[in-house]
Amino acid sequence: MYAAIWRFLPGPLWVRIITVVVLVAAVLAALVFWVFPLVNELFVPPEVTVGE
Amino acid sequence: MTDIEPAPLTPATPESAPAELRRPRRQKATVLGVLGELCITGGVVVLLFLGWQVWLNDLIVGAEQTSAANALAEQWDNQAAASATASPTPDATEAPDETPAAPPAPVDPGEPVVAAPPAASVSFANLIIPRLGADYRRPIAEGIGSNVLNNRKTGVGHYPQTQMPGAVGNFAVAAHRTTYGAGFHDINTLLVGDSIYVETADGWYKYVYRGTEYVRPTGVGVLDPVPQVAGVASTDRVITMTSCHPYYSSAERIIAYGVFETWYPRAGGPPAEIAPLVQAGAN
Repeated sequence: MYAAIWRFLPGPLWVRIITVVVLVAAVLAALVFWVFPLVNELFVPPEVTVGE
Repeated sequence: MTDIEPAPLTPATPESAPAELRRPRRQKATVLGVLGELCITGGVVVLLFLGWQVWLNDLIVGAEQTSAANALAEQWDNQAAASATASPTPDATEAPDETPAAPPAPVDPGEPVVAAPPAASVSFANLIIPRLGADYRRPIAEGIGSNVLNNRKTGVGHYPQTQMPGAVGNFAVAAHRTTYGAGFHDINTLLVGDSIYVETADGWYKYVYRGTEYVRPTGVGVLDPVPQVAGVASTDRVITMTSCHPYYSSAERIIAYGVFETWYPRAGGPPAEIAPLVQAGAN
């Protein structure tokens, strides 16, 4: 899969490397700022306060 | 700049079988191979999520809470400026009251103004603790529910049954030790004598850190007006900061106590120790 993506990328080696870096950065940003906060909502935090 | 892909591998050996010389990684992707790569990717993403949850997100949310605190302070400054033009004599400079048995500091600029308790989940104060960072300033909201503690704009919660800042008795607050901004992550690093400032619309209340204890989650006596002494009328002003202990667990609670020293009316400007922070936050 990743090999296929690598072959799919156009340009000489350095262009491909830059493209990969940009793609990885975009994926990481999407995870950190969008996916992870959404996933975090699915976990119910433990109730840490005791009753009155 | 050579294109690595179509580079001729062995131009001098045409007699060998061409199929064998072709790059083996050119082979077709199999279902199993793709599945394996997806599994590895999933594992990496889960690890990234854990790192995000216990570390990176605390930095992000903590910064959001700090900027919410700065916005609150700016709002109070504007209110103070507006009321100063309206009535040039704010009631912050009332005569020192001869309260019996009240032992605050000798440089007391008058009895501290005590605000009325706010409505639930309303941000009414900022917590400023220089030991926890030169820019440590987090909003305190009323209540200790998840809507306050797990909030990107508050993070520190005031126990509603306890007193307000500056009041005789116990001003008790809670914050997370880890996750959701982790307001009290480094609460164990406080040293005796460290300053704890509670900033409100009225000014800055200075408490001095005195000590820490560890209790069971059921040890709610730490919230008494005189901590751990039930049913006694208080004559002191204390702050109690509670959080979870150890890290990533709620098995115990870490309790940090401070004693009121003095207060600084907003009209007089912030105390020197936190003036850089207050000014930086206003920009």
